[in-house]
Amino acid sequence: MHDTDVRDHDAAPSSRPDGSPRSDFGVTARGLGKRFGDLWALRDLDLAVPVGSVLGLLGHNGAGKTTALRILTTLSIPTEGSATVAGFDVAAHPGEVRSRIGVTAQQATVDGLLTSRANLEMVARLHHVPAAEARRRADDLLERVDLTDAATKLAKTLSGGMRRRLDLAASIIAKPSVLFLDEPTTGLDPRSRNDLWDMLRELVRDGTTLLLTTQYLEEADRLADEVIVLDHGRTVAIGSPEDLKTRFGGDRIEVTVATASQLDATAAALLEFSSGNAAPSVDRESLHVAAPIAEHARLIDIVRALDAADIDAVDINRRLATLDDVFLSLTAPAHSHDRVGDTESQEVPS
Amino acid sequence: MTATATPTTTSPPSDAPARIEATSPASHSRLTWLFADTLVYTRRHLAHIRQIPEKLLDVTIQPIMFVLLFAYVFGGAINVPGGRYKEYLVGGILIQSLAFGVVGPATSIATDLTEGVIDRFRSLPSSRMAYLLGHFLAELLGLALSIVILSSAGLIVGWRTHTNILHVGSAYLLLLVFASAVIWLGTLIGLKVRAPDAVMGIAFVGVFPLTFLSNAFVPISTLPTALEYVAAYNPVSVMVAAVRELFGNPTAPITKHVWPLEHPVLAAWSWSLLLLLIAAPLALRRFQKVTTD
Repeated sequence: MHDTDVRDHDAAPSSRPDGSPRSDFGVTARGLGKRFGDLWALRDLDLAVPVGSVLGLLGHNGAGKTTALRILTTLSIPTEGSATVAGFDVAAHPGEVRSRIGVTAQQATVDGLLTSRANLEMVARLHHVPAAEARRRADDLLERVDLTDAATKLAKTLSGGMRRRLDLAASIIAKPSVLFLDEPTTGLDPRSRNDLWDMLRELVRDGTTLLLTTQYLEEADRLADEVIVLDHGRTVAIGSPEDLKTRFGGDRIEVTVATASQLDATAAALLEFSSGNAAPSVDRESLHVAAPIAEHARLIDIVRALDAADIDAVDINRRLATLDDVFLSLTAPAHSHDRVGDTESQEVPS
Repeated sequence: MTATATPTTTSPPSDAPARIEATSPASHSRLTWLFADTLVYTRRHLAHIRQIPEKLLDVTIQPIMFVLLFAYVFGGAINVPGGRYKEYLVGGILIQSLAFGVVGPATSIATDLTEGVIDRFRSLPSSRMAYLLGHFLAELLGLALSIVILSSAGLIVGWRTHTNILHVGSAYLLLLVFASAVIWLGTLIGLKVRAPDAVMGIAFVGVFPLTFLSNAFVPISTLPTALEYVAAYNPVSVMVAAVRELFGNPTAPITKHVWPLEHPVLAAWSWSLLLLLIAAPLALRRFQKVTTD
C-alpha cells in the first residue's frame, strides 16, 4: 500500500545539510524478506514510516518482528528486498545508517561491568562525540531517565527496569533521527512502562522517528500512529490502530445478564445482529454475551429484541473493538490456510 | 557524528561501492577514528580488570607462585649442566605464562559474544576492527604487566642477564610479539567456542602439555627419547631457548640436533610471526562471520 511512496523516496535527488538524503520517511522497506535455512522468518515486508511518527510492529513470538528490526538496524542482511533508514540504504551504506540510529534490543545491551555513566560515555565516544560533551550528555540523560543516583553503580547491579532505562539512554545519547526498540516494555512493571511511554512520546514530539515491536496491543494502541500486524513472517494487516479496529474488529456489543439461564436466549437474540452471523461468545462465569455487530445494527433494535425475548439485561455495552480483538481475528487458526508451507515458524535467536 | 557524512550519498545500490570510496572522508581521518575508537574499547577492557582484578591473577600471582615453587622446591632436584637453575628457570616461566595468556582474551571475547552488548557495538558507527584492536591492546597491556612482574620476581630470586642491552631488548621485543600472537590465537579460540566456561578446559588441555613437554622447566636431555623428540620440535622449547640465549642464561647442551633448537632466535621469531600472521586475520574473519547474520 506504500509502493508509490517508497519509489518516490528512492529517487529523491537532493540532500540535507547533515548529509542524509532528503526524505519524508525515517524508514522504508520494500519486499523485505529473510530466510534462515528453509524457513522464511520474514517475507514481503513493505513499510514507510514518515519522519517523526511511530510505527508499531505487532505480532507473537516468531512473527518476524525482531528479524525485521535486525535488518533495518544493519545487524542482519536481508535475503531479498531493500530498505532505507534516515534516507540511506541499509545494505549499501550501513555506516551512514548506524551513525543516525539508536537501537534498544530485547536483551539489555549495556556492559554489566561498567558503571551507568561509563556505559553512556562509552557509547557517546563511539559515536564520536567529544569527551567533555559525552560526559555532559551522559549526566543529562542519567537525570532524564532517573538514574542519577545509580551513575556510579555497575550496570549489572541495576534492576531490570533501571537497566532498560539505561539502555534507552544509551540508544538516544547520540541524538538519533530514527530510534528502534525491540519489545521495549517486556518484563517491566506497569509504572516503569508508563514512564517509558512518556519518554518515548517526548522523543517523538521532538522529531524522532520511532519503530517499535511489541506483543502488547495496548502498547501499539497507545504509541503507534500506524501498526503492522505480522504473523509467521507475513504482513496480515496495516493501518492506524483506529483504522484496524474499524476494519477488522468492527463494533462489538456486550450484554451482561442477571442469571445464567438467560445466557443462551441472549446469544440467540444477538445472533440476528451479529456481523457475518458469527456466533456470539458466551462467558458463563461473568454472565457476558458478546458479539461483533453488523454496521447497520442499531442499539435500540438490539434492546427491543432482548426485551421481546424477556431477557433481563443488567448491562448493555456497545464499544469499538480493541486491538486485541483485531489481533485475534487476524491471527486466529481460521486463517492458517493463508500460510502455505509455513508450519513451525519460531522467533529467530538473535 | 557528521564526520562521515557527505552530501552525495544518494547513489543507487548498483554503483554503491564506488561511491562509498569516492565520498568517504580522507583516509587519515578514518585512521584517526579507528585509533580513537580502539582506545575507547581498550579503556572498556581495562575498566573490566579494575572491576574484577582476579582476571589478572593468572598472569600475575600464578607465575610468581611458579617462580617460587621451581626456584625453591623443585629447583634443588634439577641439575642444569653449565649454569644455575634460577637463571635457567626465568626464560621458561616467561614463555609458559605468556602461553597461558590464551585464556584471558578467549574468555573475554566469548563472554562478550554471549551478552547483548556486542549487538550494541555492532549498531554503532565505529568499526568492528576497532573493537578487536581495543580488546587486543588491553590484553597486551595485561601480558606486558605479567612480563614485568615475572622479571622482577626473577631478579629477586637471583636471575640475571649476561648480554648487552640490545640482546636483552630484543628478548623483550620477542616476548611482546609472542604475546601478541598468543592473544590473537586466544581471540580466535574465544570466537570459535563462544562459551566462556569451555575456554579454560580447552586452554588447559592444549597449553599444559605444550609447556611441560618442553625445556621450560627441565633440560630435555633428561626426558625419555621419544618425548625428547617431541620436546625438541615443540615451539615452546624454541621460544624458551631463544629467550635464554638472548638473556645469556644457561641453555643446557642440545642432545637432539634439530634445526629450530640449533637456531633458536631465528626459529622463535619465525614461529611467533607465523602464528601472529595466521591467527590475527583468521580472528578478524571469524569475527566478521559470527557477527553477521
